[in-house]
Amino acid sequence: MTGVRAVAAVVGRELRTEWRDRSRVGGLFVYGFALVLALAFAMPGPHMLPDLAGGALWLGLVLASTRALDASFATELEHGALEAMLLWPVPPAAIFYGKALANTIVLLMVACFLAPIVGLLYHPEPRGSLWMLPLVMVAGCMALAAPGTLVASLTSRARGSSALLPVLLFPLVVPVLLASARATTLLLEGDPMNQADDWLGVLVVFNLLHWSLDALLFERVIDEG
Amino acid sequence: MELMRIKDLPITADLAGFAAVVGVIALGAVAWVARGGLTRRWEHLVGLLGLWMVIVGQYMGLVSSPRERMMGEVGRILYVHVPSAWLTMLTFTFTCAFATFFLFSGKRHWDHLVEATAEVGVVLSILLQATGMLFAKPTWGVFWDWDPRLVSTTVMMLSFMGVLTLRGLLDDVDRRATWTSVGSILATTSMIVTYFSVRWWRSIHQMQSSPDTVADPMVFVLRWNAFAFLFLTVWFVVQRARLSARREALDAPPALPEEVPA
Repeated sequence: MTGVRAVAAVVGRELRTEWRDRSRVGGLFVYGFALVLALAFAMPGPHMLPDLAGGALWLGLVLASTRALDASFATELEHGALEAMLLWPVPPAAIFYGKALANTIVLLMVACFLAPIVGLLYHPEPRGSLWMLPLVMVAGCMALAAPGTLVASLTSRARGSSALLPVLLFPLVVPVLLASARATTLLLEGDPMNQADDWLGVLVVFNLLHWSLDALLFERVIDEG
Repeated sequence: MELMRIKDLPITADLAGFAAVVGVIALGAVAWVARGGLTRRWEHLVGLLGLWMVIVGQYMGLVSSPRERMMGEVGRILYVHVPSAWLTMLTFTFTCAFATFFLFSGKRHWDHLVEATAEVGVVLSILLQATGMLFAKPTWGVFWDWDPRLVSTTVMMLSFMGVLTLRGLLDDVDRRATWTSVGSILATTSMIVTYFSVRWWRSIHQMQSSPDTVADPMVFVLRWNAFAFLFLTVWFVVQRARLSARREALDAPPALPEEVPA
């Protein structure tokens, strides 16, 4: 089986599992919604909310991503599904890329659901063109998914995994949160200096680093069973 | 600005040279000692040398060296702060290097060194943060500033604390070793991206301060203290690695009981 077909097979499997247990993604939507709502109440007043829209979207996504990623490996451990998957004639890197891509798609769904809600609740007044926003969302979700998939594969089999995942993941994704929130805010508030391009560049570099390095590290993790 | 400039410079200007020369030597030395290259007595001599150098170095820093021009007596904390900054970076670089060696070779002694350097590195970075905060209050007027170095050191400290937590929660020896190494490599590489992204975030608001020169007597005391910290760190790492090896031997399942004759 060629690499691309193997990755596609893993993505298909992951998305099928998600589809069969739709309540999980549904729960993520509700969780993200509740987060951006709660965040608004923690701020000094409604007049500040337009400035916070970009930050709220990405904070909601980062927090929701820990639930999504934790779940993506927790289900593998039931009934020894991971062991069965390792018997497939595909390289471990294909499993990593498949899982990371599937997680990217799930996070993108959450992002597409949260973005209009943040738009409704936080009243941002877009002053620039928003055509780059989808790019930032894709790059940001990819940047959360790659290290997230690797870290989830580490923590899922430790005791108290759901508490451990954020402990390991949050320091790692500081640049992602910073770059995507800054880029989104700049796109919303107008970007005369074209700084959003630079932040998108940070996300691209982060993605290049993690989508290559993490696949190598994942092989070692999986070897150890 | 004037105050920041003095603080900035030994770290940025000297770090590359210091890390390159001393780092390579120390890397070889630590690896050699940990594999049993030194007898116990010689190894403790390194620790004693470090202790003596710290005492002399701190005397020089606190008493005999001239007062810092801009900061006066407060500037003397540099002689603890800067060496701990150098050594934190160096130790975590070692963690990453040893973790890579472990993943390639699978030899257990690298894993003990990973645990040792990660733990010593966390202790050093706590010292770094504590002295940095004490130093920042009188000079910058605040305990914390969103400076790229501050943020990336804190992020790295948190990452390694997370890795050590993960390590503590795993019981299987092989799994624990591999996963600690994977986590350490992730923590170190992401620190670089964090540094540059935070620098970018800051540079939108203010320009980076430019390097300047440090007075010669200060440089000598700084270097002296850096070597003192280096020897002590090597000693701590070697002790910690040995402890890690002993613990592992203790936790290993007992050999099969010998057959009892009927």
